[in-house]
Amino acid sequence: MADKIILEVARYSPERDAKPSFQSYEVPVYKEWVVLDALNYIKDQVDGSLTYRWSCRMGICGSCGMMVNGEPKLTCATFLSSYAHNGSKVRVEPLRYFPVVRDLVTELSDFLVKLTKVKPWLIRHDEPPLTQGEFLQTPDQLDRYKQFSMCINCTLCYAACPVVGLDPVFVGPAAIALAQRYNMDSRDQGTEERTAVLAHPEGIWGCTFVGECTRVCPKHVDPAGAIQQYKLKAALDWVKSFVMPGEHKSKDVRSEAAND
Amino acid sequence: MEASSHDVLLVGGGGAGLRAAIAAAEVNLKLSIAVVSKVYPMRSHTVSAEGGAAGVAKSDDSLDEHCYDTISGGDWLCDQDAVEAFVKEAPQELLQLERWGCPWSREPDGHIAVRAFGGMKKRRTWFAADKTGFHMLHTLFQTTLKYPPITRYDEWFVTKLLVDDGRVQGVVAIELMSGKIRAITAKAVILCTGGCGRVFPFTTNANIKNGDGMALAYRAGAPLKDMEFVQYHPTGLPFTGILITEAARAEGGYMLNKDGYRYLQDYNLGTPQPKPVLRSMELGPRDRLSQAFVKEDQKGRTIQTPYGPIVHLDLRHLGEKLINAKLPFVRELCQKYQNIDPVRELIPVRPVVHYMMGGVSTDIDGATPLAGLYAAGEVACVSINGANRLGSNSLPECLVFGARAGRAAAAYAATQQVPDGKVFAQANDERRRLETQFLFRTGGHERIATIREEMQKTVETSAGIYREHASLAKATHQLRELQRRFGDISLDDHSRTFNTELESALELGFMLDVAESIVQCALHRTESRGAHQRTDYPARDDNKFLAHSIVSRNFDGSSRVEYLPVKITRWAPGERVYGETSKEQSKSTPIRQAV
Repeated sequence: MADKIILEVARYSPERDAKPSFQSYEVPVYKEWVVLDALNYIKDQVDGSLTYRWSCRMGICGSCGMMVNGEPKLTCATFLSSYAHNGSKVRVEPLRYFPVVRDLVTELSDFLVKLTKVKPWLIRHDEPPLTQGEFLQTPDQLDRYKQFSMCINCTLCYAACPVVGLDPVFVGPAAIALAQRYNMDSRDQGTEERTAVLAHPEGIWGCTFVGECTRVCPKHVDPAGAIQQYKLKAALDWVKSFVMPGEHKSKDVRSEAAND
Repeated sequence: MEASSHDVLLVGGGGAGLRAAIAAAEVNLKLSIAVVSKVYPMRSHTVSAEGGAAGVAKSDDSLDEHCYDTISGGDWLCDQDAVEAFVKEAPQELLQLERWGCPWSREPDGHIAVRAFGGMKKRRTWFAADKTGFHMLHTLFQTTLKYPPITRYDEWFVTKLLVDDGRVQGVVAIELMSGKIRAITAKAVILCTGGCGRVFPFTTNANIKNGDGMALAYRAGAPLKDMEFVQYHPTGLPFTGILITEAARAEGGYMLNKDGYRYLQDYNLGTPQPKPVLRSMELGPRDRLSQAFVKEDQKGRTIQTPYGPIVHLDLRHLGEKLINAKLPFVRELCQKYQNIDPVRELIPVRPVVHYMMGGVSTDIDGATPLAGLYAAGEVACVSINGANRLGSNSLPECLVFGARAGRAAAAYAATQQVPDGKVFAQANDERRRLETQFLFRTGGHERIATIREEMQKTVETSAGIYREHASLAKATHQLRELQRRFGDISLDDHSRTFNTELESALELGFMLDVAESIVQCALHRTESRGAHQRTDYPARDDNKFLAHSIVSRNFDGSSRVEYLPVKITRWAPGERVYGETSKEQSKSTPIRQAV
């Protein structure tokens, strides 16, 4: 393991630069250091203007996602030493497909709009008083949606998704997985409301099933699986609507799927 | 100056802030509510909480037992009226969160499951595997999305509270994206900014936990309470300070010294049993376990590493199946950050700064003595945590007192007028201060990181697990000198767009004020209680110090410490007993309160 490594960091300031460029910094390599530690070293000791987000440093707040040598990574969970071969460099860039605010900071407001669009909250037709206690849910019922509830909103899956790159209106992997988190929850009654968004061309039908979202997810959420499940359900609902007219109420699925 | 106006304004969007926002919205859906947060709310540090949230849930438990555990765990420094309200409302709040979709772990029959936790005599800790805070925060955040009255100011950094006519009327904040400095006025402001672990060098706390709200309140004239009570969690990973949840011990983990010996048996915490025993050994309270570590180190029975002495947490006997089901995040953190697998290997751990029992002094509804200003969550001191918080009380504290503060602030806002022009003059002064002292200033000689590291070292050395007069007195002078040098810092970054260096400088300013309040409170409390252990005053002194430290800022910037009696309702101060004898509860002693 080399004891020093070159970090090539994307720099961009809208007040100063027409386009991004790279700046190289030599940083020490310690076996405990992650890429984020190297960025903090630069900011503290060398160049206080280097700009990036970070917070928990334990892979749960979702702030510090960046492209590391072309791969979307949580920089707090990516060891520097794994890149420290002789003469090697580490290239750090902002997450792909997002507008860049400055240096390594991406613009997230569009992501938040997409997240909100799928109605990611528990929808109930009835609200029994709290005195009636909890909604019962067996461990098996919990397991059905549990992995979709693990999303930390780090947006690595958007940076990995070629459809996001081509089609900015695509609601995207994390938002679809989150919708499915509530759809699969035995306590929820809102699947049909979410269907209006998901069964739209901007929703699940935009996905060409590349599966990169699932591959890069640091929390082992399976957005590609969520999308596939949902496509299957939407298609079955559409078929059912002909076989058993009046039995199924997912009109949105039928009409949107027919338009697709 | 551009400005906007709301009825109720939250500073901070973690567990307490979001709960407060929903509570205020439910008082009146016509209210305009703003959540101003320096990070997107789901990045807030609530997300890192692991083990669980306490609330009486099962028929073998009672509210009184949860009260007693909390009060004795807090070494009788808790206000008992606040504890009673907290314990009563915690189960309802946790249930409300269930109704909003929180994926609580379940019993086979579908009811909520509860687990054991340190210092708790009954199983009453609700959990969502070992990512309880993460699930609570995301549930709350997602739920706020359905409330139209809640406006979010994501990535806005609050620099000052606007106070006029004796009441708080809004804030000045920097919109990080544009660098614009703006006034956001409000009829009531609730601080929910969390704790201040970053004042110390080695902490479980996220980078954002800089005591912002404590310093904002303190500077505006609202006092801080019990700032000397800093919780060290006994099991942090060395180097990173990543927390290994107490749930690991609640599920049956052992603490071992360098000889593989369960050393806690030597510290009046009971005798080792193969299975976990409530309020005993590894399930003792955090202050006692962290203090035992220091003693063990003094005896030469810890293991020396480049990142300080460590002991081991042993989970191997629990087996892979249980670890995967109940402690998956512990395994993930150990594998990803320590390169060990707790299924087969020992986890190296050492005490790590984790939580601030002290904070902005509030009443039972989150109101501070300064009109229009409220606080809830870790930033506040109600106080239910006293001299030592019990694990799994802080998450429900965010919910119970977040909701209370939200409702109280909404009611107060209804009686107030829209802030007038005078506060805008103040806001302009603040803008000029930020620009001339930081943003446009050149020629300074000090780096932020240098002063920050020296501050952290100073606070750790003087106000660590054990304290004494000489080092606290020395720290007083050192912090004053650091304050002076802070005036000579130099920024590399003079641009407006997302200026994180400016933010770091302002956070350092906040932390220096908070550090001073910690050291002053620790210096003046000449007794040992809970997490505050003075080697020169090793005994608890109820005659003088059954009282909260109240620290306020003088006009010249110095601080003064006064005392406020603890509120006792039904539990007279007694001895804290853990281990087998802990069934024997406190013997009543006459109460004499300090003045």
